[in-house]
Amino acid sequence: MKLRVCVAAAVWLCSVQVAQAQSPDPLQVRSWAASCSNCHGTNGVAQSGMESLAGVPAADITKKMLDFKAGRKPATIMHQLSKGYSDEQIAAIAGFFAAQKK
Amino acid sequence: MLQRRQVIQAGTSLGVLGLLAGCATPATGKGPKVVVIGAGYGGATAAKYIRMWSEGAVQVTVVEPNAQFISCPMSNLVIGGSMKLSDITLSYDNLVKRHGVTMVSDRVVNIDGAKRMVKLASGTELPYDRLIVSPGVDFMWETLPGMNKPNAQEQVFHGWKAGAQTVALRKQIESMPDGGVFAMTVPQAPYRCPPGPYERACQVADYFSKAKPKSKVIILDANDDVTSKGPLFKKAWAERYKNIIEYRPKHALTDVDVATKTLKFEFNDDVKAAVLNVIPSMRAGDVAVNAGMATANKRWCEVDFLTFESKALPNIHVLGDAIQIAPLMPKSAHMANQHGKSCAAAVVALLTGKPVNPLPIYNNTCYSFVSAEDVIHVSSVHRYDAAQKTMLTVPGSGGVSAAANELEGRYAMGWARNIWADTLA
Repeated sequence: MKLRVCVAAAVWLCSVQVAQAQSPDPLQVRSWAASCSNCHGTNGVAQSGMESLAGVPAADITKKMLDFKAGRKPATIMHQLSKGYSDEQIAAIAGFFAAQKK
Repeated sequence: MLQRRQVIQAGTSLGVLGLLAGCATPATGKGPKVVVIGAGYGGATAAKYIRMWSEGAVQVTVVEPNAQFISCPMSNLVIGGSMKLSDITLSYDNLVKRHGVTMVSDRVVNIDGAKRMVKLASGTELPYDRLIVSPGVDFMWETLPGMNKPNAQEQVFHGWKAGAQTVALRKQIESMPDGGVFAMTVPQAPYRCPPGPYERACQVADYFSKAKPKSKVIILDANDDVTSKGPLFKKAWAERYKNIIEYRPKHALTDVDVATKTLKFEFNDDVKAAVLNVIPSMRAGDVAVNAGMATANKRWCEVDFLTFESKALPNIHVLGDAIQIAPLMPKSAHMANQHGKSCAAAVVALLTGKPVNPLPIYNNTCYSFVSAEDVIHVSSVHRYDAAQKTMLTVPGSGGVSAAANELEGRYAMGWARNIWADTLA
């Protein structure tokens, strides 16, 4: 009985690790990221008056977004929009923009 | 290498010549064919992104009767006088030159879903594997008998499709003597651009406050209350335009007497004014209605939100203001641009045998100018809900401005430049 619980726990742990390691479909991430481009430019290359995201390190974008989300960084609009995305989605989108040419 | 470049250049210039001549030059290359009807925020974005995301493998032909793109967002600033129509007029050239879209300057007369063929006014037939219909709105003139009399629509303007009407309405306001009344009607929701009428009232009032201080703006709203950013608009009216703007809710327009410039309502007294601005009830554009896709109240087109495919007709996708919206999804340019990208990804996936994204997420941002400089916004994030099969707003996300401010005025201009580029460049 004890052993069975242990095995079940190990399987559960394992599946959690797999889920965490599994990166989302790149095409899905591309679509999520495209929802930012109305303001931040196609593939993150912005016109004047907005911040470009293309080529910005993923860690920087992620930190900024999580700060907006937590209310640590003041904003006019990004504190509202960042709350619509999970931390994992934010990290994936940040990775997409980091890989784009400036 | 040189030869190859010459060939490409020759091909490009031929494409441009075809466009300039207004000739129907359907895509003749290899690969699946997509036809897009309407090059507004929805259609133009879809066309560009299908070309980008298919890496040129999908042929895209866009049918658009207007020679240039004129933006509805910012057009209220033309009516207020702080912008010119040329500031909000953009070219379609980059869709052709950069993205290899074929533009056809024509009107659609028929969609044959069985043959997968679009017939144009010129007689040209365009075959498609997938069709994208992004026709915007048309007006329900049948609800206003007086507006169907000869020349009525050349005297009373809606200004709800940016272009000649925008300029004509501005001219009427400019030539109105001081002390006159500008009366505008707001249709029952849903309609294109929920905060648009209230922004327009601010723009006209801003102009009056500077140029015609004895004049008035009366808003006659068919709805029970302001339909978007209500507290922020009401604050602006009370603080900035106290003796200029008067708001009257629950005014359902039933008719317009153009000769006497009189508005008639279901339950309220007539209103006479120096300048009338009638924004009629709306429905999906004619081309979508005529094809039988307006299945919601015979007004709006129901779609599958994973693909934007019509629930009425297979292989035909509908975008933008013409769709039956998901809960709390506005009919806005920003949203139409998002529809365009979501649909583009799905169409490319369907045409190349790849899975469709099961979890679309996108946002809406809408800025409204309460003066020539100060702006308020509303934002929302929309995520697909597999159980309800629709887009729902993400709990806790979105919101409005704390107060009208100049910083967001600058962001609003940045938004415009960026969405124009994302849609057209």
